[in-house]
Amino acid sequence: MDEIITLDYGSGGLRTAQLIEEILVPAFRNPALEVLGDGAVLPKPESALVFSTDSFVVTPWKFPGGDIGKLAVCGTVNDVCMAGGKPLYLSLSCILEEGFCMEDFREIVASIARTAKAVGVQVVTGDTKVVERGHGDGIYLNTAGIGVLRAPGLSKDAIRPGDAVLVSGSVGCHGAAVLFARGEIPFAGSLSSDCQPLQELSAAALDAGGVRVLRDPTRGGVATTLSEFVEHSALSIELDETAIPVDPQVEAACALLGLDPLYSACEGRMLAVTAPETAEAVLQAMRRTPGGEGAVCIGRVTQSHPGHVVLRTAAGGSRLLGKLSGAQLPRIC
Amino acid sequence: MPFEEPFQHPEGIEKLLAHIAALSERTGPMRLMEVCGTHTMAIAKAGLKSLLPKTVRLLSGPGCPVCVTPSGDLDAVFALSERPHVLLASYGDLLRVPGSKRGTSLLRQRALGAKVAVVYSPMDALALAQKTPQCEVVFLGVGFETTAPGTAACILEAAEKKVPNFSVLCLLKRTEPALRALIASPDFAVDGFLCPGHVAAILGAEAFRFLPEEYGLPAVVSGFTPGDLVYSISLLVEQCAEKRPALSNTYTRVVRDAGNPAAKAMMDAVLTPCTSTWRGLGEIAGGGFAIREAYAAYDAAKKFGFSPAPAADPPGCRCSHVIRGAAAPEDCPLFGKACTPADPVGPCMVSSEGACAAAWRYRAG
Repeated sequence: MDEIITLDYGSGGLRTAQLIEEILVPAFRNPALEVLGDGAVLPKPESALVFSTDSFVVTPWKFPGGDIGKLAVCGTVNDVCMAGGKPLYLSLSCILEEGFCMEDFREIVASIARTAKAVGVQVVTGDTKVVERGHGDGIYLNTAGIGVLRAPGLSKDAIRPGDAVLVSGSVGCHGAAVLFARGEIPFAGSLSSDCQPLQELSAAALDAGGVRVLRDPTRGGVATTLSEFVEHSALSIELDETAIPVDPQVEAACALLGLDPLYSACEGRMLAVTAPETAEAVLQAMRRTPGGEGAVCIGRVTQSHPGHVVLRTAAGGSRLLGKLSGAQLPRIC
Repeated sequence: MPFEEPFQHPEGIEKLLAHIAALSERTGPMRLMEVCGTHTMAIAKAGLKSLLPKTVRLLSGPGCPVCVTPSGDLDAVFALSERPHVLLASYGDLLRVPGSKRGTSLLRQRALGAKVAVVYSPMDALALAQKTPQCEVVFLGVGFETTAPGTAACILEAAEKKVPNFSVLCLLKRTEPALRALIASPDFAVDGFLCPGHVAAILGAEAFRFLPEEYGLPAVVSGFTPGDLVYSISLLVEQCAEKRPALSNTYTRVVRDAGNPAAKAMMDAVLTPCTSTWRGLGEIAGGGFAIREAYAAYDAAKKFGFSPAPAADPPGCRCSHVIRGAAAPEDCPLFGKACTPADPVGPCMVSSEGACAAAWRYRAG
């Protein structure tokens, strides 16, 4: 094996086979993959399927709290979970730039394998391409995920006045952590991404009952996700600014750069809208689950400002929260 | 910021608001202007307008550096970005701002192939120049006296290190001449000024004494937390009620009377006042900074022959009125319809400190 990726590794020939046999298959080992067919043959599912896909172009590829590999598993797994699914299988496509360090690639594959194992999903099919130097930024990944539907009917259309809005922990960590990991801004601190899989947290919330809709507030942050819940509807969401958990370091970092934590991405947080009578039970279930210890209720569904999210500010005022326009920060996932 | 925490949710904010409400009953309607984009955003973000009595109206003045940069300058910057080997280094704020033609922006220039980098300080731009000797790195120096010392320090550093491929396009503005021009404009109707805390940190609170002494206008230098702002507004309302205009400084944890002498000295060493065109206010004698002759080698205007043509504002755009406080963002027929942050017509809608952006992003709930 060369110490760097060369165009040969994407040729489809011997070098490609070497990459598959020496790095990818040993990392992901499972019967469906090891056949090395053009596609994986999977057992008949017990219920309806959930299917999702996501691409990952984060720069830098490694940041405090995660890397592009962990992100590529969490991102797709979390999308399947938020749609009410139990994730089972992943595909993995790698687009590598000529010259990318082989050791880094190994590290990323190990991270994917570790995260997939922790979640209980299998990487069953994949693809690798190599582009000429200067035509990519080291590594891009795509994953697609299949899961079985465990909770049908989750939808923003199920939201009702009086429902509670819950968040599983402090918001905006991932966006701020990636920004500072770029090393362009001198900032002494230990910001860490919240990147983590949400399969246990979503399962715990769904088991507690009364959940209307789940969503992980990635790009656009909490404000944009909640705006999407109520836009074009007769409902509004009223948030209490003092109840929204923001890590002091994230708050300071955002203040420094004129960013808003409410629009900064999370990669391991969950927003849940629940019926008022089960809100407390869902909250307790989330708090008992790893990664959800900091779960709190941050607001209520009302009809005061149809189609809008209203923030009651710490100073006692109120304002509307719209969707993010433009990118607060590019290439964070 | 954690150290600002005690000022974020001070006890007694309700009392101050009640005090303002009581006083304003005596004074009748009152128009107070903030002349700092960060104030504009902080006021909107805290939802302060929803807490003040209807008779106390807060107006945004010419306090957003990107917004007061005229369309013609932006057109010329776009043209500069098309020069071979030129790499423009800019604060992120400027990237989405349109020129005189709708849809133009540095972001679009970059998508079309221009070299445009986002930097967080002029020193980053200098480092970029040292790292990419094959490019002519031009830092877009936009801002008021707040960013001027940093820009000056960077030019001094470039001169000391003799970095030949670095220059600054100096579009810096000076606050005092603009305030004087604003007060002299025919549609001026402001009863007191919330003075910019960051500019005052450099120039000193005394730099705003001319407002009460020469024009009889109350002036309060303020910080940026809800506590700072409500307290400062209460002092302005008091001064108006008692007809006793004065200069107050409520941001004493940062602003000294004489400002920051080291920063001022650096600014004076490298920069000199010049006539400058402001959107909404026109040509103002002493309204901007130019780079002194001694540092001409680092002056992008001289290096590349930067000569912006006067350009009309986009049709229908009322940014010029908004900048003077002569129109509220919501008064503009384009606001939220033809002009949104995603598809802006004028700069006030897209700059992170623009009055229209603040009004749109933080609509009162």
